[in-house]
Amino acid sequence: MSSLDLPIASKRTSPQAPALKAKRSLGTRWISALTLAVLLLAWWLVTAAGWIEPLFLPSPGEILAKAWVLLTQGYMDASLWQHLGASLGRIGVALGAAILTAIPVGIAIGYNRIARGILDPLIEFYRPIPPLAYLPLIVIWCGIGELSKVLLIFLAIFAPIAIATATGVRTVDPAKLRAAQSLGATRFQLIRHVILPSALPDILTGIRIGLGVGWSTLVAAELIAATSGLGFMVQSAAQFLVTDVVVLGILLIALIAFSLEMGLRALQRKLVPWHGQSH
Amino acid sequence: MALLELERISAQYPGAAEPVLADITLSLGPRQLLVALGPSGSGKTSLLNLIAGFVAPSSGRITLDGVPVQGPGAERGVVFQDDALLPWQDVLGNVAFGLGLAGVPRSQREQKAREMLALVDLSGFGKRRIWQLSGGQKQRVGLARALAADPRVLLMDEPFGALDAFTREQMQALLLQVWQRTAKPVFLITHDIEEAVFLASELVLLAPNPGQIVERLQLDFGQRYAAGESARAIKSDPRFIETREHVLARVFSQRSAAQRQESA
Repeated sequence: MSSLDLPIASKRTSPQAPALKAKRSLGTRWISALTLAVLLLAWWLVTAAGWIEPLFLPSPGEILAKAWVLLTQGYMDASLWQHLGASLGRIGVALGAAILTAIPVGIAIGYNRIARGILDPLIEFYRPIPPLAYLPLIVIWCGIGELSKVLLIFLAIFAPIAIATATGVRTVDPAKLRAAQSLGATRFQLIRHVILPSALPDILTGIRIGLGVGWSTLVAAELIAATSGLGFMVQSAAQFLVTDVVVLGILLIALIAFSLEMGLRALQRKLVPWHGQSH
Repeated sequence: MALLELERISAQYPGAAEPVLADITLSLGPRQLLVALGPSGSGKTSLLNLIAGFVAPSSGRITLDGVPVQGPGAERGVVFQDDALLPWQDVLGNVAFGLGLAGVPRSQREQKAREMLALVDLSGFGKRRIWQLSGGQKQRVGLARALAADPRVLLMDEPFGALDAFTREQMQALLLQVWQRTAKPVFLITHDIEEAVFLASELVLLAPNPGQIVERLQLDFGQRYAAGESARAIKSDPRFIETREHVLARVFSQRSAAQRQESA
């Protein structure tokens, strides 16, 4: 492969070299965009030149055409939207349930010694187990319906959020707590007005990590036991060697993970503008 | 008017052999500005934490108007060394925070908060974010926040310790004005000798191991400033210099005594 990269590399340096001289501080984003563009170009080149069989790697054009077919006609009795909707629905429900339960649990662990004693070992026990290792047990208990998949993702997301929340609660500035207490704050007011906002940056980081873990767990679970969803689409297409659907599915999975991450980062900037300020 | 009384207070950290404070008796009455001055380790901050109710004394009694102090409460406002403001609220929200906790309706508490901001010369800063303020401005917001809850006494924990010398002088002047206008008793701790002599209406000098009061002085430089005399005139007054040198000598005699004790 390295011999193939050479002509592209020389092509790439020629227009870029004067640009670098003209403006030394080329933005990092532009460098990243260029990397992507070069990668796409290489993909297109090796497929257009016929160096690689379409069975192993279809061309970008074929993938786009396939995407259109999937959107209009669907794959395995379900349109692309339905596969997408199934996956996003599962992770959405699991995330909602995890946020509603993990944040109170995290606050309890961080704030209360007894709650920490009870809950901390439970979470630390199941957290390091790869979710796919206990999927068989969940399938035995809850069957192969939606419940077991949602439950699996929920468990994967729950631990990072609960742990991040507990860390955030434990690292609240004691001076802020005392300030609120000397202004007459009750226990509940302390949690509501000081502890929760202080821990919010950590909670959002926990949600980001949890969502990343949850998304990979979801796709893996769909590869094993599902009749819809992006993971199922990729898996069943692979069994029939429909490579373009496989590649398309992988790209979509990556794209969604990327947008979730970016969306949460934007949310973090909006909700906690004080985070990282020199305060 | 409020009267804060400490009767034979001792305090000890859990597990420590030596007490941090031993046998402290103090009273803080109306129109008083009591300054506790001492080197680090003399238990200044512990003393303030006891009065604020953050920690409980191991023996002795603390009362405010005859009512024993049990835990922190809104009748004892505290200004902290590192402002301890809440960055998720703007300046106005921070100043109004205590009133919000007490259930005062929004328009009323914002009105009061604006009055307090005017009192500390920060009118028009209400919508600023906390991280957009300088160190001196943050301390003024901290002062306004403590005052907005209308405490009976104001406790200040080295409030100007982290500020540069120029800002510190401005803040001392501002504090004296606010003290004069609100007529609230103030308990302030510091390790800055000139600050202590300039501000105090009563100065107590603390010595370490264990923390104890070694001298009490009645002073009037702060009152003179509040009555209109200039800070420079007061600080170059021979009586001011004499007092400052006296306090300085006391602090150093303690320190050399402590060193002799250690080397012996």
